[in-house]
Amino acid sequence: MNPHDDNELRELLKRSIAPMNDTELHRDLWPRMLRRLEQQQPLRVPWFDWALAAVAAATLIFFPGVIPALLYHF
Amino acid sequence: MDPQERFAAGDLEAFEVLFRQHQKQVYAWIVRIVRDTGIAEDLTVETFWRIYRSRAHFNPAGSFGAWAYRIATNAALDHLRKSRRETQLPDDLAASLTPDPAVQRESRDRIRKAFAKLPAKYRLVATLALIEDEPHDKIADAAGISVSLVKVRLFRAVRMLRKQLC
Repeated sequence: MNPHDDNELRELLKRSIAPMNDTELHRDLWPRMLRRLEQQQPLRVPWFDWALAAVAAATLIFFPGVIPALLYHF
Repeated sequence: MDPQERFAAGDLEAFEVLFRQHQKQVYAWIVRIVRDTGIAEDLTVETFWRIYRSRAHFNPAGSFGAWAYRIATNAALDHLRKSRRETQLPDDLAASLTPDPAVQRESRDRIRKAFAKLPAKYRLVATLALIEDEPHDKIADAAGISVSLVKVRLFRAVRMLRKQLC
């Protein structure tokens, strides 16, 4: 192998695989990016939902008498 | 506060500004490496997803573009490693290598197959330097390696191609 052979091979490669002519982006990818961000975001529960769940659980634990009343209404 | 600082602080609107500023350049870089427009679009989104995830490590005083090129190159390299697919050749091939079309086609196929067999890191450097004529320092920056290592990988890529073609 000599430098001349290398250059020849490089030329052959260049002539066999053409450079990409169209490298222009034809659409805005931001909507796809947003979808990706939404899919990957961990599910976030607001603090007040946790507070509401805690109040409901405490009510059922400390006042079990409300359970039959709730079942009757549902 | 400029968009880079706001992005580093986790501002989604600043990320959108940077995304819109850089998506075309990132896509153009990736499509030169993977040579498939659909895959390049997917990898552009993947690149910006990686950028968004690692925003805490971004230095707002640095160049967002250079950082994006580095991450884009890694994403494209990961794709080349996973994919054992042959390099897609565009239809508008350059001038004939030999006057005989059959010999020309056979020669082209052999080169294409040999090129597709190159390990990803050599294929990346060979594609950018030999086919796309990108300067060595730009390839080095994007790949996070030295210019000397780009030259070494290029030399080895040519040697591997020669071995397969002989």
